[in-house]
Amino acid sequence: MDYENAEKILEVKHLKQYFNVGKADEVRAVDDISFDIYKGETFGLVGESGSGKTTTGRAIIHLYEPTSGEILFDGKNVDAFTSKQDQHDFRQEMQMIFQDPYASLNPRMKVKDIVAEGIDINHLAKDDADRTKRVEDLLETVGLNKDHSSRYPHEFSGGQRQRIGIARALAVNPKFVIADEPISALDVSIQAQVVNLMKKLQREQGLTYLFIAHDLSMVKYISDRIGVMHYGRMLEIADADEIYAHPLHDYTKSLLSAVPVPDPEFERTREEIAYDGSQENDGKERHLVEISPRHWVRAANDEVSLYKQRAQEASLIKE
Amino acid sequence: MDNKKDILEVRNLQVNFKTYAGDVKAIRNVNLDLRKGETLAIVGESGSGKSVTTRTIMGLNASNADIVSGSILYKGQDLLKKSEKEMQAIRGQDIAEIFQDPMTSLDPTMKIGRQIAEPLMVHKGMKKEKALAQALEMMKLVGITDAENRINDYPHQFSGGMRQRIVIAIALINYPEVLIADEPTTALDVTIQAQILNLMKELQNKISTSIIFITHDLGVVAGMADRVAVMYAGKIVEYGTVDEIFYNPKHPYTWGLLSSMPTLDSSGDSLPSIPGTPPDLLDPPTGDAFAARNAYALKIDTEKEPPFFKVSDTHYAATWLLHPDAPKVTPPAQIVERQKKYAKMQQDWLDAQRPTTPVEEEEEQQ
Repeated sequence: MDYENAEKILEVKHLKQYFNVGKADEVRAVDDISFDIYKGETFGLVGESGSGKTTTGRAIIHLYEPTSGEILFDGKNVDAFTSKQDQHDFRQEMQMIFQDPYASLNPRMKVKDIVAEGIDINHLAKDDADRTKRVEDLLETVGLNKDHSSRYPHEFSGGQRQRIGIARALAVNPKFVIADEPISALDVSIQAQVVNLMKKLQREQGLTYLFIAHDLSMVKYISDRIGVMHYGRMLEIADADEIYAHPLHDYTKSLLSAVPVPDPEFERTREEIAYDGSQENDGKERHLVEISPRHWVRAANDEVSLYKQRAQEASLIKE
Repeated sequence: MDNKKDILEVRNLQVNFKTYAGDVKAIRNVNLDLRKGETLAIVGESGSGKSVTTRTIMGLNASNADIVSGSILYKGQDLLKKSEKEMQAIRGQDIAEIFQDPMTSLDPTMKIGRQIAEPLMVHKGMKKEKALAQALEMMKLVGITDAENRINDYPHQFSGGMRQRIVIAIALINYPEVLIADEPTTALDVTIQAQILNLMKELQNKISTSIIFITHDLGVVAGMADRVAVMYAGKIVEYGTVDEIFYNPKHPYTWGLLSSMPTLDSSGDSLPSIPGTPPDLLDPPTGDAFAARNAYALKIDTEKEPPFFKVSDTHYAATWLLHPDAPKVTPPAQIVERQKKYAKMQQDWLDAQRPTTPVEEEEEQQ
């Protein structure tokens, strides 16, 4: 990725997404996060369950009304479209691939109707023949057979269903695709197939991905940049290689140290780094600070020097 | 492992499931040994028969399962010949299981102390008070904080990781000889997973249980297993010690599994993947079931099923590539790297074994 000349496609500014606001059980699922996604890149969002990564994805595609904050897509605020046309375009340009290939396809619809639903709603097909051709092309793109189009979802395996979900998302020619744990329900050998397919489609169609996952090795493989979330906050953002090689935040270090590696010798000597989450809630005001070029860490004013020092030790800053 | 005695022996096991479409041949002649105190990992894709194998051991198969042949010897007795009543006495007492999903494997209407104490009351006829006291000890052992106050809580009051600890406590309360763990951490986050795996290792040291560990996460296998069996389409295709499987794999399916997992330093445009999908076990293919997905398949693979070839005393693989007449092939790049590492480890091991006489001689000269 050439970030010097990269263009922002998505800007998330101080997004807050609270549930049960004002009640005793108020949940601050996403608590003031800001980040940008550039055209053509894959931004990986990682974190444990409950960290707010799925909520962030859903807020971006506007399945929720944000509590506060702004989401700009192509420079336009998705929460305040002035015209019906803008709203319409947005729904066509941003699509989602869901986690569970078993629950996200309507069992009573044929594959061709599932894939063509977006085509129909957006009136993209000239006539029936065009619709059929589009569906068949899409199925071919994702590695399925055109004969599959008149079958029902239950006739497919998990990996094939996820391909149908991808074909459906691509049917309306989106620019931006949110993939929420698209491979966690699949077997290892099939995961690689789906990830390869997503990468190929990105190259061919210039797609931008927001890739949400908890499988850290796969996220690193597919992403250009990665954001780490915890307790609804963004703790660290950096290039994928850099965040794995030189994590600066304690939480990121702890998270990476817990990833099992398929190498017995490494596993025998692995040391997990414990993390005390209470240090995030000591009342200090924190925000993301650029510690080294394009490496952001959430820090209080008096912690910046600590992270700068860590970055120097990892020779991320030359001085 | 000082005591190499087998505690569980599965011999020539074949299990079919009767369906409207015909018989699904889920387990096709599986042989397994489990030794005292060891952890044996079974890896493979969904549908490869890992869970059916262990469910057959537990006698928990669905009612349409048909055990065509085979025997499962536990301490010399064939579990397949036991009546349901006899199996009930063994389950939870001698052989226990940790199930995959901590959200659904607990009774939501029963207090957790009672659930942990239940196996003691059922199997040992223990009085409730005494059983609850032991349950409390077990809760502390598996690391449930503030156990005294939480013993009367219900499952929904616990997080996923804590619930899995409760499930482990139930499985271990009778100190079983064999513990079957079917994807025990798949539903958990990596940080919680690490805690649970450490806990299992620690408890295994304390009560020297033998563990059969089922998972598709090769990273977890690398950290937990002493020996590994790789299953494909209802058969074991390769087994060996954890080092042999990870650093010197011989079966192309094992190669595929290991290379399709991105390591933290893989990069490049595409990940090596295993093409296609597993075969339909309603009508398993003749020859090697993996042949259709195997870039290294030989002509004989489609005709004749490969037998096990011996790689070492502990390492066997069922692939024709190991036949003396087979052409020499180069495995995928990642596997070659692993084999290099293995060769180096072997050399280091030999160096360490070599007597250090030269050094002593020098000392004598001085």
